[in-house]
Amino acid sequence: MEALAALAAVTGDELKAAEAASSAGFAYGLAAIGPGIGIGYLVGKSVEAMARQPEAAGMVRTTMFLGIAFTEALALIGFVVFILIGL
Amino acid sequence: MAATPDPMTTRLEGEAPEITVSLDILKRGAYVSPIIVAVCAVFAGLDGVWSALYAVALVLLNFFFAAGLVALTARISLGLMMGAVLFGYLARLGLIFLAVILVRDAGWISLPALGFTIIVTHLGLLVWEMRYVAASLAFPALKPRKP
Repeated sequence: MEALAALAAVTGDELKAAEAASSAGFAYGLAAIGPGIGIGYLVGKSVEAMARQPEAAGMVRTTMFLGIAFTEALALIGFVVFILIGL
Repeated sequence: MAATPDPMTTRLEGEAPEITVSLDILKRGAYVSPIIVAVCAVFAGLDGVWSALYAVALVLLNFFFAAGLVALTARISLGLMMGAVLFGYLARLGLIFLAVILVRDAGWISLPALGFTIIVTHLGLLVWEMRYVAASLAFPALKPRKP
């Protein structure tokens, strides 16, 4: 009963703020999944390339590092949207 | 056909190119940070200045931490490097999240300036570095001069 009473006391603005926060958190989670898959694929292929051709490892590592950073930018964009809307 | 070496036991020794790349990015970050800080100061005042400085420091530390993790683990094994990159991605996102959550209620923070600086600095520095790396990989003999 107490919980129901507390729910009934929630105003429209509070509800809207709670919805915005949970939606932003959900969006941030979704935004982090894509880059996670991308980085996994990128590093997996790079490791395969380095194991097959160790003499090209320097070139592969450089491009892999830049690729990781570019992919991570997607997650950072999601994070920035989260801090601007959800916090 | 020769068998592919086992990535779990293969390790890479010698110079770590990630460290070189991240030091380059660090240097370029030092060049562009006054411009970004000035832009944020125009739009958000003194709060913008502190927020922009905080965001630039976060981005540069993020690059350096990522490079250090790859360089350290590649010396042990490629499999470990892969695991470190994947878990490092999660850890770094968590650390950035924590770093922002800790200051979000501070009086000197401007969240729009912080967000703007994180995205612009991260992408801008990467594109700048990529231009240099692409030129040096495509024309090794004509390696461009470092700035």
